[in-house]
Amino acid sequence: MIAIVDYGVGNLFSLKCSLQAIGAEVTVTGDAQQLKKADKLILPGVGAFEDAAKKLRDTGLDTVIKEEAARGKPILGICLGMQLLFEKSYEYGEHPGLGLIPGSVVPMEGRLPKELKIPHIGWNALRMKKSSPLFRYIGEGDCVYFVHSYFAAHCEDFVIADTEYGQWLTAAVQRENVFGCQFHPEKSGTVGLNILRAFAEMEALPC
Amino acid sequence: MITKRIIPCLDVRDGRVVKGVNFAGLRDVSSPVALAEYYSGCGADELVFYDITASAEGRSLFTEILRETASKVFIPLTVGGGINTLEDFDRVLKCGADKVSVNSGAIRNPALVYEAAKRYGNQCVVLSADVKRVDGVFRVFSKGGRENTGMEAIQWIRRCVENGAGEVVVNSIDTDGVKGGFDLEMLDAVCDAVSVPVIASGGAGNIQDFIHLFQHNPKVDAGLAASIFHFGEVRIADLKQAMADAQISVRR
Repeated sequence: MIAIVDYGVGNLFSLKCSLQAIGAEVTVTGDAQQLKKADKLILPGVGAFEDAAKKLRDTGLDTVIKEEAARGKPILGICLGMQLLFEKSYEYGEHPGLGLIPGSVVPMEGRLPKELKIPHIGWNALRMKKSSPLFRYIGEGDCVYFVHSYFAAHCEDFVIADTEYGQWLTAAVQRENVFGCQFHPEKSGTVGLNILRAFAEMEALPC
Repeated sequence: MITKRIIPCLDVRDGRVVKGVNFAGLRDVSSPVALAEYYSGCGADELVFYDITASAEGRSLFTEILRETASKVFIPLTVGGGINTLEDFDRVLKCGADKVSVNSGAIRNPALVYEAAKRYGNQCVVLSADVKRVDGVFRVFSKGGRENTGMEAIQWIRRCVENGAGEVVVNSIDTDGVKGGFDLEMLDAVCDAVSVPVIASGGAGNIQDFIHLFQHNPKVDAGLAASIFHFGEVRIADLKQAMADAQISVRR
């Protein structure tokens, strides 16, 4: 069973449907016990970092996620959910994240060539940096759908794929059992479903 | 590099696709769900569902159709038509829309763009503008292109982007339905005025029109069309192949 962490951020309908479409058993929950029982966790998120990080803390789910990550449970952060895995974000100030992956989240503004539009929105190709079980069914140059104005930096050791938009932006990360995608696999057609399938098929912790 | 997007637009009334479609192998040619699945399989990068329903029953049918589509089609989905309030945003976003396009609703209530962007984020709010030349000036038209609002179009679009619209669909009434190519002059003017993605609509008649569009102005992010895709005059797979051959970056 994959549990999508429901902490009051964003719309989880498409994500749930995409997991059902690949035949995964899925539940959407904010209940700590259910999250602990699940084989795998997906941390979604859209909106602002500060607000989302606060909601995770207020619900106490930040501790649950950190504990489950420490036990070795596979965890996948998507979009803002990926950014939350890092130590901190510089989105409107400086805000702490979960600290599961070293690095920080920085704005594109001022870091990209001026002619490029922000947010980075649309389909862009992946360049593979490291082999990862997340990429079992996809390959170099496959396109995925991005919508973001901030990106993860200072995390070179953990980048498993990046994408070119004026510079190379972090597209996916992994630190042991903790994974993150800056793009939306649930909106990335067959390629996206194949990433979710690879995650769903990862070995669960023994009970 | 980011790829240029190809976006088919489906007009839906009372839960059915309005303009007839003409595809071999598609059992129910007026089912929005079947058509959306077909286009997604052909390589469409995004879909626009345009609700042209007038009745309340039609509207709830539309939301059902949207839910069903979003549970089967995993590419970005934009919904437009009849979006006048934040409740309308809420209704379609809950059913699986990723972006919401506003047109007459924003003209009636310009605060709508700002309010929606604040609540759902700029990436969620698409401004759709129907634009026509009147005495040599670009004017915004409302009510499906029937009524001249008198507003100068570039100023209007710029104002909506400042208020939080994350993308702009420029529909040229002058070239719409003519099939003589996109309105490059109008698109150039919009691209020069705003720094958010611009989607060209109105005028595509063949593959070459798309190639010409992206070669003429690399700032245009996407091309949108309806009937030429529905009637099979342009097949999306062929279009993308031709774009790739012309060195235009596309998703394959």
